[in-house]
Amino acid sequence: MAIRRILGTRRGALGTILAASLALAAPASAEEVVNVYTTREVALAKPLFDAFAEKTGIKVNAVFVKDGLAERVKAEGAASPADLLMTVDVGNLMDLVDQGVTQPVTSDVLSKAIPANLRGANGEWFALSMRARVAYASKDRVKLSAITYEDFADPKWKGEICIRSGKHPYNVALVAAYIVHHGEAKAEEWLKGVKANVARKPAGGDRDVARDILGDLCDIGLANSYYVGLMRSGKGGPDQEKWGAAINVIVPTFQNGGTHVNISGASVAKASPNKANAVKLLEYLVSPEAQAIYAQANYEYPVVPGAPIDPIIAAFGPLKVDQVDLVAVAKARKAATDLVDKVGFDN
Amino acid sequence: MSSAVTDRSDAADSGRALRWGAIAVAVVVLLPLASLVWTAAHGSGDLWPNLLRHVLPHALGQTLLLVIGVGIIAGGIGTGTAWLVAVCRFPGRGIFEWALLLPLAIPTYIQAFVYVDAVHPLGPIPTLIRGLLGISSPRGLWLPEVRSLPGCIVLLGLVLYPYVYLTARAAFLVQGSSVLEAARTLGAGAWETFFRIALPLARPALAVGVTLALMETVNDVGASEFLGVQTLTLSIYSTWLNRSSLPGAAQIALFMLVIMMGLVMLERWGRRHLSVANVGARLRPPARRDLTAGAAGLAMLACFLPLLFGFLLPAGHLAHMAWARWQFHGFPVSVAQEALNTALFAAAGTSVAVGAGLLIALALRTGALRSGLVPRLAGLGYAVPGTVLAVGLLVPLAGFDNLVSAASAQLFGVPTGLLLSGSGAALVIAYVIRFLVIPVGGLEAGFGKITPSLDMAARSLGERPRGVMRRIHLPLLRPALGTAALLVFVDCMKELPATLMLRPLNFETLASHVYAEAARGTYEDGAIAALLIVLVGLAPVILLARLSRPAQG
Repeated sequence: MAIRRILGTRRGALGTILAASLALAAPASAEEVVNVYTTREVALAKPLFDAFAEKTGIKVNAVFVKDGLAERVKAEGAASPADLLMTVDVGNLMDLVDQGVTQPVTSDVLSKAIPANLRGANGEWFALSMRARVAYASKDRVKLSAITYEDFADPKWKGEICIRSGKHPYNVALVAAYIVHHGEAKAEEWLKGVKANVARKPAGGDRDVARDILGDLCDIGLANSYYVGLMRSGKGGPDQEKWGAAINVIVPTFQNGGTHVNISGASVAKASPNKANAVKLLEYLVSPEAQAIYAQANYEYPVVPGAPIDPIIAAFGPLKVDQVDLVAVAKARKAATDLVDKVGFDN
Repeated sequence: MSSAVTDRSDAADSGRALRWGAIAVAVVVLLPLASLVWTAAHGSGDLWPNLLRHVLPHALGQTLLLVIGVGIIAGGIGTGTAWLVAVCRFPGRGIFEWALLLPLAIPTYIQAFVYVDAVHPLGPIPTLIRGLLGISSPRGLWLPEVRSLPGCIVLLGLVLYPYVYLTARAAFLVQGSSVLEAARTLGAGAWETFFRIALPLARPALAVGVTLALMETVNDVGASEFLGVQTLTLSIYSTWLNRSSLPGAAQIALFMLVIMMGLVMLERWGRRHLSVANVGARLRPPARRDLTAGAAGLAMLACFLPLLFGFLLPAGHLAHMAWARWQFHGFPVSVAQEALNTALFAAAGTSVAVGAGLLIALALRTGALRSGLVPRLAGLGYAVPGTVLAVGLLVPLAGFDNLVSAASAQLFGVPTGLLLSGSGAALVIAYVIRFLVIPVGGLEAGFGKITPSLDMAARSLGERPRGVMRRIHLPLLRPALGTAALLVFVDCMKELPATLMLRPLNFETLASHVYAEAARGTYEDGAIAALLIVLVGLAPVILLARLSRPAQG
């Protein structure tokens, strides 16, 4: 009998859900909205969206889609509610353009604010913030003031390097940049060298690099710049503050270039029903106010030259952005992935 | 018209309805798979030389080792503990009987996060050991590496063994006292009874449980990714996302589907003698053996260890993390809404899946379906990685929406827009396709235990097919129905990949929340949501334990 009762209530629940989903599917025409699909966790972008809504009265609806953003928008086709597509990796952004789910935007505000190498030639994509792939080194055990990416393959680091999976977009982009700099053969040698130096399986996240250095599993590693801000600021709790305190940050460069950066960015969706609002949101995101939020809330580097940088990040010293073409880096991702597999980096 | 004639046409009608209903369900399951095949066929195949040389051999090897390892661990723990609680008497047995199911409430990815945190050199366990041994440097204490294939095997085995335990225990209880007592009077010892009688008789049930555990294993993405194990599922992801080749990913997925089919065949083969329907005699659970003090101690230990490492330790550590989090940041308000979303959608997915499963099982029973092909096809969704299934689902869903929208625009001048895609309905459909194999398999096995002579007797006494179902099948199927429903419910709650992909705007479940935090590397931020998944999962798991007891008296 109990089962029948439960099933009865379930049927009720189902009705509720169907009603709710129809309500969700119904277009909200009464108010001004902009719908954002993002591969970035909504929590990170929320302060920006809230500030935008406050300023303009336009409500931001966001969904965090980890994988398959392009596929989802493509399948939704002409009826897709998506206005703005945001990603955290240059490759993912190019994928959207290549899949034909974006549209070009002309905006003086955007082309004035964002340097030419950080946006698509026809306004198909725009970088909104930058992050650098930097070295975390043990405060107690490593005495170094400078390092190059090439150095990580040096046998002197044997058993001392911690790094996340080679298949993660952040590392794939780094390997792709290496290919653009030195060609595939040299990149393969380098990857083999780094692989020979790892202290543990390449897995986990970037923060784990700092934690493992504190735990004396390794002395040095490669990870993103903004995690240091998140750890040292105490936003992640007292434990993470200890991790952040255990490391020095050294900003590496390529031997013949600058520091590898990746971007977070956005494109306006091809079928955007609220295109004007999407452009407004984009323009807001490169305003001094929003760029400051990027810097303070997420500890990222602004794309707008001269915008302020958080003191924790500024303490790393000046950032000399590598001048390789981001589009070329994005194109080299497939070759980079093949190399990561070929040398069995994660195995 | 004489009643016999109406009766016959009634039966024919309901038979037809059943047949077409079952076929319709199978078609819905096949849609995303067909769309996958279509995607795969559009691939150029230029990735394969590289994949074959550098990726697939290793990934296939790792996947096979993982499957074998988890099969041995989950099978061993599940069968052993099930036997102990089913036929032995020892202190704490009554508690272990339900408590052994608890690890079911812990999703694999959460188990992985928790253990990596707990055995990190800075984590509680090594710190404690170092304190006891007086070692100051973290490097001074060697501990096994969790981020490895053996680590992954053990962790998955510890949370997946309840699938085996559940089916094995039910089988041992159903074997009833007569067989086992006969064995005993003939002088068979406990071990001999187990290995020569109970185990072979329980084999079909064990095959079902092990298959479920192994499908979960092959499907897992969160835990293996986190532990750095290069499985086939992960190579699907990297092919899709890093090589920007969905066709390539679809091709690997189909290759995996073949492997999964192999597992399903294995399960069929295990059940090929399933005409062991008991002959309607009322079953008494076997009289439990008293154990000597030493043996009872060992039995308690054998039941306690899986419970400790599979549930108590991870849940305890999670509670500790959540508590620390609470003090630091307070209770995240959104979590209550997420818990409600999770429970509602899991309930919807469950009711549809169990209904569809019952339809198919009934169609088989009544002979409306002649072959086992439709149920096999209906169970295929479980064999496809969740993300790939979701991608496959996107195209048919959007196609349906655009069709309806166009028709509505033609007829009423109002396009309906996206009805299913990006609404809750898409998610429910995905859950149903993914987990349909559980009610289909479970109810089929349930029907297998109801001797067909009951149906015939009822029909010869003038009962109509519908009446047979209502008055005979459903009451007897209650345990099987309940078990299937609860298993699907817990699975829906834990489901991650399809949920991430098909969620509507501004909609989060507990699982997507945990994953978002994990993606940022802030595992402890997700601790409260993770703990809630475990807590919300506890109620159905405990219900499961009660349901799976044989009806008394």
